[in-house]
Amino acid sequence: MEICHAAGMKRPSAWSDPVFRWLCLGCAALCGLLMVGFFVQLAIASGDAWRTFGLGFFSSAEWDPVAERFGALPAIVGTLLTTAIALVIALPLAFVSALFIVDAPPWLSRLLGQAVDLLAAIPSIIYGMWGLFVLTPIMQRIMASFGIETNGFGLLTSALILTLMILPYICAVMRDVLRMTPPMLREAAFGIGCTRWETARDILMRYGIRGLLGGVFIGLGRALGETMAVLFVAGNVMRVPHALTDGCTTIAATLANNFAEADGLQRSALFALGLILLVMAFLIQLLAQYYLRMTGAKRGER
Amino acid sequence: MDKQKKVKIQARNLSFFYEGGHQALFDNNLDIPEKEITAVIGPSGCGKSTHLRIYNRIFELYRGQRVEGEVLLDGKNILTPETDVLELRRRVGMIFQKPTPFPMSVFDNVAYPLRLHFRLSKSEIADRVEAALTGACLWDEVKDKLKKSGLALSGGQQQRLCMARTIAAEPEVLLMDEPTSAIDPVATLKIEDLVLELRKRFTIVIVTHNMQQAARISDQTAFFYKGRIIEVGPTKQIFTSPKEKKTEEYITGRFG
Repeated sequence: MEICHAAGMKRPSAWSDPVFRWLCLGCAALCGLLMVGFFVQLAIASGDAWRTFGLGFFSSAEWDPVAERFGALPAIVGTLLTTAIALVIALPLAFVSALFIVDAPPWLSRLLGQAVDLLAAIPSIIYGMWGLFVLTPIMQRIMASFGIETNGFGLLTSALILTLMILPYICAVMRDVLRMTPPMLREAAFGIGCTRWETARDILMRYGIRGLLGGVFIGLGRALGETMAVLFVAGNVMRVPHALTDGCTTIAATLANNFAEADGLQRSALFALGLILLVMAFLIQLLAQYYLRMTGAKRGER
Repeated sequence: MDKQKKVKIQARNLSFFYEGGHQALFDNNLDIPEKEITAVIGPSGCGKSTHLRIYNRIFELYRGQRVEGEVLLDGKNILTPETDVLELRRRVGMIFQKPTPFPMSVFDNVAYPLRLHFRLSKSEIADRVEAALTGACLWDEVKDKLKKSGLALSGGQQQRLCMARTIAAEPEVLLMDEPTSAIDPVATLKIEDLVLELRKRFTIVIVTHNMQQAARISDQTAFFYKGRIIEVGPTKQIFTSPKEKKTEEYITGRFG
């Protein structure tokens, strides 16, 4: 047997390292380029709208293809409101279900854990159809019992659908975070006489705050961009909603609804909406990073 | 033993079973005298921690663990369903192998059990936090960084913070489960001094791997082996003239 190096030869696969290196670099660069590309492309395509409406695009609630006057306010408000309401409902639910799953007997924990994971695997169109055929009539009936006449579509229904869709993501992340808490920390909390709830609220939640927030932002990202399910139940009205039962729209739903027959200035306005959505998602990511840094510093990790 | 000492905790016919019925403790009896230090020694896996974890019922956090027998605290069995476990854990505090500061400020770490168990004004809380930190010989080191995270302290300081947190709740008994096993030697000596200081106010049961530590600080020593208490007696006697052969073998380092 001959040792390659001793014989002054290269090992046959010595070429693989530089190739691998370039492959990795290329893939990493592609991600960055794509990101920049999205921004540039959207900015160029939405140029007309920005030139015509300027910053007024943000504050105008008009969407009139005939008069060629477009404003982003209803879509922006709808997006933010549905997302915010969905998060407010989903967060406590996800937290307590994660707590339960972590502490449940093993067989139940596995069963429920898988059920939650499956919930995440349901295509959004299914949620949309379920929302349209099941949830909307239910909402209509519930609202009617409060004496509110509504068709069941609108802000609250959209938010509820979004809640269901982001719940499994947040819950899955929280579950892992709670599982990773050192058992001794839990014991210490119980050891000074905490109840289970006090332990969860004061100790586990603080300890896992980074991971829990990670879950929140995953949910947030998904809720912001969710299109299909919301499209089915929002009512798609280009108006700023004033009540939970008002019809509304979101940026993503507006885009999906209008691109097919849009041209000229409307097309450009839609691209402008797309840019706004992208920037919103981007800002949330930045905010998340910043917040995580701050909480890290506060807890003395840096 | 000439003078009659008050017994704080009595373990009576105590047996313990892990999930699946594996028995870890066998019919043990042990008296813990009040305001003294009882050291529990023995090789790894002999059941000393398990024994300790019955006293505040912390084992109940885990599924399938079961205990038989009685533990009398001031003469009252704490293993009955009627026992208020939260109050029990306030009265019987626990210090763990590794420091377990809560993810909050130094001040809040100590104030937390106060807020949990007592209704106090802000100034009363501040007073008691200072008293507890002073009691844990930590006040001078942390008085300027009360708002800093408890996790920012050194390992030894963290462990003393945990002691301060535990004594803030005004317990009667302190259970220490190898409290210095994750601490460097210098910090360990500090903690041993602290334990001796705390002896004036609390009944202390300390599980330790370190026989010198047991000899240095304890009044009474119990030797556990394979889930059974082989020998209990005054520390001096256990370390100089043990009655049981197994005890002698262990303390002279022939196994363990």
